[in-house]
Parts: sequence; structure tokens; C-alpha cells
Amino acid sequence: MALLEVSGLTVSFDTEDGVVQAVDDVSYTVDAGCALGIVGESGSGKSVSSLSVMGLTRFAGNARISGEVRFDGHDLLAAGDEELRRLRGNEIAMIFQDPLSSLHPFFRVGDQLVEAVRAHRDVSRARALDRAVEMLGLVGIPEPRRCASCYPHEFSGGMRQRVMIAMGLINEPKLLIADEPTTALDVTVQAQILELLARLQRELDTAIVLITHDLGVVAEVTDDVAVMYAGRIVEQAPTERLFARPQHPYTWGLLQSIPRVDHRRDEPLVPIPGRPPSLILRPSGCAFHPRCPYVQEHHKRIVPPLEPLAGDPAHSVACLLAEEQRRELWSRLRAGATPDEARAAVGVPGQGAPVLREGLEAG
Amino acid sequence: MTDGLAGPVGDAVVGAAGIAVGAGAPALVEVRDLEKRFPLRRGPLQRETGAVRAVDGISFDVREGETLGLVGESGCGKSTTARLVTRLLEPTAGTIRYRGEDITHRSRRELMALRRDMQMIFQDPYSSLNPRQTAGSIIGEPFVIHGIERDETRRRARVRGLMEQVGLNPEHYNRLPHEFSGGQRQRIGVARAIALKPRLVIADEPVSALDVSIQAQIINLLSDLQRELGLTILFIAHDLSVVRHMCDRVAVMYLGKIVEVASAEQLFAHPRHPYTGALLSAVPVPDPQLAKLRRRQVLGGDVPSPTAPPAACRFHPRCPKAQPICSREEPALEVKEGGNIAACHFPLTIEEVAGRLPVRPG
Repeated sequence: MALLEVSGLTVSFDTEDGVVQAVDDVSYTVDAGCALGIVGESGSGKSVSSLSVMGLTRFAGNARISGEVRFDGHDLLAAGDEELRRLRGNEIAMIFQDPLSSLHPFFRVGDQLVEAVRAHRDVSRARALDRAVEMLGLVGIPEPRRCASCYPHEFSGGMRQRVMIAMGLINEPKLLIADEPTTALDVTVQAQILELLARLQRELDTAIVLITHDLGVVAEVTDDVAVMYAGRIVEQAPTERLFARPQHPYTWGLLQSIPRVDHRRDEPLVPIPGRPPSLILRPSGCAFHPRCPYVQEHHKRIVPPLEPLAGDPAHSVACLLAEEQRRELWSRLRAGATPDEARAAVGVPGQGAPVLREGLEAG
Repeated sequence: MTDGLAGPVGDAVVGAAGIAVGAGAPALVEVRDLEKRFPLRRGPLQRETGAVRAVDGISFDVREGETLGLVGESGCGKSTTARLVTRLLEPTAGTIRYRGEDITHRSRRELMALRRDMQMIFQDPYSSLNPRQTAGSIIGEPFVIHGIERDETRRRARVRGLMEQVGLNPEHYNRLPHEFSGGQRQRIGVARAIALKPRLVIADEPVSALDVSIQAQIINLLSDLQRELGLTILFIAHDLSVVRHMCDRVAVMYLGKIVEVASAEQLFAHPRHPYTGALLSAVPVPDPQLAKLRRRQVLGGDVPSPTAPPAACRFHPRCPKAQPICSREEPALEVKEGGNIAACHFPLTIEEVAGRLPVRPG
């Protein structure tokens, strides 16, 4: 049975400018010991969806939340404050991107970790401190006993992030939600942290939801991946299959626009034209249609449902193009065709690629 | 032009010529033994108690028409180097030559002419643009400062042309920076940098603040402009994938020192310095199969403080190949097998590199 089951999660915020539809009908499951990657750009709703899982958006006065979030038998959206408090930091932990603003500057690192233990366990201060030191050692902090009496500002960014991870894991949670945990870090430190996450997953059977914009990190760490665009999941699949047979034009765009260290210099980057849409004035129909090179007239009206592929029920996509067409388009793109060439060759009637210059678009 | 100062590095750099740029391309910028220390002061008398050795004796050339990548992790001194080369910071020691002329100690006034030739693009398109100035007047400011195109109408026309060139809508001339997206703001920064037709552009992490889908737009824009305008680019970045895509040659920095210089082709295929090897092996690759095949080289510990760098080879406390000599004798930057220039007593062999790099075997 799935450890975390999110179904039909929808979150919107009323603001002065209008209703921000941050998350729209998002569903996914995560099993114990598995890692799910949620990929998207800024404003795709990837962070809000997981904050809502943790119950962290419910007190924003302007938030409206619906859907269902089941964690290990608990209904998290219906749970009371007391129940949530018992779960958070204990069975579910969250690591944020910015470790400096998540640690209290006035308290010693060790004391903050001790508090995390004693909030959920009836143990002595000394025992809790031993546990804190043990965790600091586990995440690779040198001289953990001495470092426990340091203040956060005495640590480097990488060390602070490791403290956050130690804090997240100190009560051996069943589920860890990590929001861009390595984005602010240097690549060698990132490698250390990713290695650590993989080890925890293996040794403690921790389930991980990893929110990131970095497809490289997704490929390295996760078992499954969900691609989000404008508040919705547009493609979802086991990680290897998403990279081997991506289905959504947005996923293609992401894969083709990132420079890769394993590619030769002359391989061209194909940028996605335009920019991510506003969540207040979301485009009608398929939200990606203004940036999609393969857009058809009816794509602007019909919202594509997220549906499994005919031959692969674990792989779902929300795209109105026929599966056949998508397969041919991607095989041509991968062989080096431009989106226009691919469209012409496959015979998708087109309106030409959207204007490549962001500046020339309205807004 | 290099007469008299082609030290070991100068010669060797020519030996390790990139593929896209001919070995004979003359150096536009020559940096020799450049140092920058930031004093640390303490107490009521602000006595100097030590110094951050941000850049600690580095030498390199930037050749006419090439893109030289300067890579390294936070605190390695790469941004300080950029600010020294543009003379936004005063070097503590060493020399910087631009087109053969020593510019190390030029006065502000003498630098004016130089600044027409040398422009910078910054990382953060939010803080590097004046929020109260319109896009048009930001892009047109270099003309005003240097007294070019004094005629308002002609200046406006030039600015519109520049906006067009970098993919901005000239009708947005009177918009303020906050009305643009991050990618568009970076285009404003690029337009400002190329306004005076500089020879050299120093780009300090120009795409790292942008969304993935926008990054590629700016990278392509920089490549196109380089071709059209024949720019020389000093490209500073921590993202090795971006560097792989942009650069002809790459210099790797660690704790204020250059540890390896090579053509991009050579560096990414056969790094010689163990730090370069570790950096490359740490880059995540968007390919799950390749990720599984690769044996990662994970470094232990943190980068030491630049106020008290380790003796001799600065990488030795974290180096998987370190021997006693590495903490006694500083290795010289010299040519290694394959043409890479590296500062290491025990450079990586091909066998050690195999399987650790993010490339498919064969």
C-alpha cells in the first residue's frame, strides 16, 4: 500500500490581483523506500503542492484547499492541529531550500536538534544531545560533538544544509519532503547530499519526495517523476521511462533546452519559447499551448486529462496530440530535427513555431 | 605581444590550444601572478589580524575571439578575478595586460577608454538594473557616460536597434525593470554590455539565476552575439554543463589558485587534476542509465577557509591521491599528458578517470 497518497489536490489563493490557481487536481502516490521527483519551473506549483501535503498552507487565510492527502492511514487535510503536530517532524519531515532562514540564528545547532527530538520523544536532554551528535556525524559534519555547540552562522552553506537534513531525519521519518535541497549548494557538496539521501532511502526505507528544477538530480536520485506545468501534472512516469520515452512537448522542451556535460559543444540547445504563464490568467485549454510548437486549434479550448499510455499504464501524459504523433515527433527531435522540421515531417498541421522572442509576446 | 612574459603558463596555454580557436590567436588579456587579499580587521583599532587570500597568484591568457571559462565552487576566487580584470577591484600584486598594455595601475580616468572595450554581464538581473530607470535609459547609459551619440534621437534609435538585437521589443523602451521577466531583464543587461561594441565581455554567472527554459534562450543569445560581433568572452560559472556548452578553453580554480587549464574538449574528456575529476564526477546528468553506470567520486569534508589555506597543494586534505609530498611541496602548473596544464604531483591517469566521468563509454 502506498505510504503517501495524494488525490485531486487543488490549492488556490485569493489575492488582490485575482485568484492564483497554484495547484490544480494533482494526484500521486509514494511507496515506502521510494523517491518521487516533482519537476517544474518557478510558479509551476511544485512547492505549494508539497507544502499543502504538510498542512502548511492551511493557515494562510486566503488559501482554499480541496482533495485528499492520505499518509499511512491518516487523512492529512482533515487532521486536527494536534494530530498534524505529532506527525510533522516525526513521521513526516521537510527540508527547505534555504537553510539559513530555516535555522534559528540565536540558538546553538545542538539545542535546535535536541528540541526536535524532545518535541516528539520523552527522553532526557543528554540522551537527545547524544542523538543529535550521532545525526550530525551521519550527515558528514566533522567533529559533531564540537559543532553541536556552534551557532548556525559559524557554518558554511553546505554544513547548514546538512544540519537541516540531520534535523529532518533525526526522528527517522517515514516520509521526507525535500524542496530543492541542493540548489544553493556547490556541485561537490550536492554530490555528498544526494549520496546521503540515497543511503537513507536504502537503509531506513525512507520515502522521499524531491522537488527540483534540475533534471540531472532527478535522474540521479528518483524512481518516479512527475513534471508540473502551471499547477498541473503534465507527465508522470518511472524515471527511466520518462527520460527514454518522454511524451509531453513541455518535457521535450526541458530535455532539449538544458546544456549537458555529456554532450559535445556543437549540440544546439532548443529553448522553449516564451515564458511560464501567470497562475492568475492561466491560458485556456492546455496551459502549455501558447509555447507549444505543435499546438492545434482545439488545444486552446480543451483541457487535456492526464491519461495512461496505451502500452504503459505506469506512464501518463496530459497532451491532446495522438500517441502515434508524439512518438514520431520525439524520435525526430532526438535525431536533431528542430521542432518546425519535426512538425512538418510528421504532418502535424501547424501555425508555425510561436515567436521565439519573449519580449515580443504580450505581457 | 607575449614577449618577455611568456612564462611557463603563457607557453603552455598556447600548447593546449582549443579546437575552435587557432593556437596562434594572440592574447587579448594576459594575467600574471595576480593576487588579491582582503584584510581582516579586529578590535577597536581595526588592527589587521589576517587576510582572506581570495586570489592567490594566478596566471592565464584570454585569447582574441575565444570563450574562456573560469570555473570553481563558491569562494574559489572566480568572481574576484573577474572584478580584478575589469579593475573594479584593486589587485594586491601581479599584472594585468590588455592588448599588450599594462593596465594594472591605471587611474580611474585612464580606465574610461578601457571600459568602452571591456564590459560586464552580472548574475542577478534584479539587483544589477536600477529599478527607477527605464529599459531604454539603462541600455543607453553607456552612450551618455562615454559621450557617444549625444543626439537624443539618434541615441534612441541605437537603443531600439540594440533591443531588437537581443530579442526585446523596442516598444518596451519606457518600461521599468520590474515590468520584465528575469530572462528579459538579463537581455537588458546584455544589451547594455554590447552597446559600445566592446571587444571583451566578462560574464559572471549570467544564466544561473534563470529558469531552465529561459537559460537556453540567454545562452543561445550570447553565442549568437559572440559570432556576430566577434566578442571575446571570459565566462565565469559554477555550472559545468553550461561551461561545456559555451567555452573553448576552461580554467579550474580552487581556493584562490588555478589548478588546471585545458581546451574544453580535453578537460571534460581527460581531466588531470583530481579536483577537476571530482567536480566532473559530481555533475548530475539527466540520463538515469548513465547515472547508474557511473561510479561517483565523492569528496570528503568542506572547502577549507581561504584565511588559512592548507600548505603546499591546497587540495591535499581532500584529495584521494594525496601523498606526503603534497603537503610539503606546492606543485607547479605544468603541461601534463594530453596537453592539459595542471598543478599536481600525481595527475589522474586515464584508468582512474574511466567510469567516473559523466560520459558514455566508447
